[in-house]
Amino acid sequence: MSVVKTEVPAGFVPVYTRPKSLSEKRFTYCPGCHHGIITRLVAEVIDELGIQERTVGVAPVGCAVFLYEFFRCDFAQAAHGRACAVATGIKRANPDLIVFTYQGDGDLAAIGTAETVHAANRGENITVIFVNNQIYGMTGGEMAPTTLPGMRTVTTPEGRDVRLTGYPLKMSEMLAQLDGPAYITRQAVFDVRHVQMTKKAILKAFRNQLEGKGFSLVEVVASCPTNLRITPAEGNRWVREQALKYFPLGDLKVRD
Amino acid sequence: MEIGVIFAGFGGQGILLAGKVLAQAAMERGFEVTWLPSYGPEMRGGTANCTVVVADEPVGSPIVDRPQVLVAMNGPSLERFGPRVAPGGVIIFNSSLVAAPPNRRDVRILPLPMNEIAQELGEARAANMVGLGAVVKVLGLFPLEAVTEAMAKELGARGRERLLAVNRQALLRGFSLA
Amino acid sequence: MKVLMRGNEAMAEAAIRAGCRCYFCYPITPQGELVEYMARHLPRRGGVFLQAESEVAAINMVYGAAAAGVRTMTSSSSPGISLKMEGISYLAGARLPAVIVNVMRAGPGLGNIAPAQGDYFQATKGGGHGDYRLIVLAPSTVQEAAELVMLAFDLSDRYRVPAMILADGMLGQMMEPVELPEPIPLERIPPKPWALSGAKGRDPNVASSFDLDPHRFREILRALWDVYREIERNEVRWEEYETEDAELVLVAYGTMGRICKTVVRRARKEGLRVGLFRPITLWPFPSEPLRKLASRVPVFLTVELSAGQMWEDVRLSVEGRAKTPFYGELGGVVPTPDEILSEVKKHVGG
Repeated sequence: MSVVKTEVPAGFVPVYTRPKSLSEKRFTYCPGCHHGIITRLVAEVIDELGIQERTVGVAPVGCAVFLYEFFRCDFAQAAHGRACAVATGIKRANPDLIVFTYQGDGDLAAIGTAETVHAANRGENITVIFVNNQIYGMTGGEMAPTTLPGMRTVTTPEGRDVRLTGYPLKMSEMLAQLDGPAYITRQAVFDVRHVQMTKKAILKAFRNQLEGKGFSLVEVVASCPTNLRITPAEGNRWVREQALKYFPLGDLKVRD
Repeated sequence: MEIGVIFAGFGGQGILLAGKVLAQAAMERGFEVTWLPSYGPEMRGGTANCTVVVADEPVGSPIVDRPQVLVAMNGPSLERFGPRVAPGGVIIFNSSLVAAPPNRRDVRILPLPMNEIAQELGEARAANMVGLGAVVKVLGLFPLEAVTEAMAKELGARGRERLLAVNRQALLRGFSLA
Repeated sequence: MKVLMRGNEAMAEAAIRAGCRCYFCYPITPQGELVEYMARHLPRRGGVFLQAESEVAAINMVYGAAAAGVRTMTSSSSPGISLKMEGISYLAGARLPAVIVNVMRAGPGLGNIAPAQGDYFQATKGGGHGDYRLIVLAPSTVQEAAELVMLAFDLSDRYRVPAMILADGMLGQMMEPVELPEPIPLERIPPKPWALSGAKGRDPNVASSFDLDPHRFREILRALWDVYREIERNEVRWEEYETEDAELVLVAYGTMGRICKTVVRRARKEGLRVGLFRPITLWPFPSEPLRKLASRVPVFLTVELSAGQMWEDVRLSVEGRAKTPFYGELGGVVPTPDEILSEVKKHVGG
């Protein structure tokens, strides 16, 4: 995996630097993919809370499979969909650790639905980052549980037909119905203002864990320009104009 | 020496408990022992049985194909296990619930009106202890007090003084009738 | 002091005494008493008991707790163990120590809850995907079940290889006197510098079985198989009973092993020179001692509660030096000592 070396030329003052809790490994995400922004936001939050040395991440199977390479934190690589169960095991074994999972829609909302729902329902004191880009990115653009009606993927070449494959799964709305979770929110990163809001949400989700409030999940509606075969700019527009119609932004549950 | 005892009857007759008390007593008196219950849906379906092996060397099979002693607390148990008792063995059956004695001449047959005796003592649930008392006499391996101690231990917190006394009586009645 | 305990309860108590701090489970018969015992006792003694939403979740919670560096266990019975197989493969790949108890019942499918030994292949030959092995220990008495659970934790920690206790419904349900091993003080458990405890003053630790580079992954697996070879050299365990002058040796493990002891006694009473070879570690399988025995014993009769699974390892060990007939029962039926004895008589004394 290639490494990024940042050198500051003489006379320049760095104003935007790599977060301390990120390693020097170059992200493996595609150009224009929102994962890069979200991963960085998590690192910024870990830095700001000063918890790098007690944070353990749980990496999913999906485009963020290499997450443990990117962070300077202890990490567990989970089997596909099982991140919330693995995080439960870590947190229960050592409650002093700050434990977060970082999962895509296939991982969290298809194969890992049960693990997610039950961790939320138990109110496990963990933080979950849920990247919803409506597609299986790593395996080549198949239909995800969150794929929009009519959306073309390699396994819905004529567009998702809801009569055959159902509707986009509104995981956050489902979880918000439960008594267990402390915080369920849906955010996006298609422009600067929303990036800032997402960061605030991630900060809150980690703070909740530090304060022992319990299960917190930040869903981020994201774009996958590579598999949608569009440009990064079109990807941002896709999220704003298409995805948010089905996945409106905002807090779905806040327990104070 | 390796002796197999089968307790069998309806669920709720204290079959498993009687076996446990025997196993506990045998262990306390230095014998090797195993206790094997029937388990699962069969248990909830209304029949219960358990096998106790008492031996002076480590027990091989906890399953007994030819028990030396059978305690049959109802008719179906007698029908099922009666034919399997080893020649020279003993069949103790609950004559309160079984009309016809088993048709075997190569074993000792010991009818005991377990329910009546228990009712006389004022505690219908003590029928199992009548059977157990008879087993202790038949085995002749340890005194009855080994079993009364084990029974008190097994009933533990559940064992109110009156219940313990009644059970002691029931054991004694079974023991003296055998 | 000896206490009368069920196999399931003795295994639970032994786990607590071995320093198991986290136990994750999903209910299934015939190991229910293990779950109940843990629910009653583990939290009171400072541990974590959690009933998971599925076997899949339970084994992945074990993965997390093992990665965090504590002694951890799960237990189930055959169908539940099938569900855990994905997680077990990940544990093996990530070199995480854990103990898995399988109180076997009859399969395939839902089968029934009677004792069986049909999961031998699953336990010893993989079960989950990929090139891995588990340490597999097969107790035949309640006493041995307690001791092997404690050993399983030690071996699993020492080699960073998950260990499985392969018991069956009979051993789980039966009560026997047991002298419980002394508890291991937590401070005596060797430290785990690889554990995920927070990257403070050191480089980050990662629990992972993932490497996209085949050559690099090959080296990881070669190192793993070096460990497996070491286990094969050091940890083979078995029991021989009356084999010195035997003309026929029964080969059986677990519950079948103890039942065959009764067969040996009955056979000896009838003047038949019959012995017993009882593997205690099913992996590593005691091939060498069996091979040695095959230089003087003409017949090895394998007896299993299956259609013949360990039988394959017996034949691979004996390598044609002796006859290797098989006798087994299916579906949860347990053969009686006399039934086995009649089978024995087909091969000796005639």
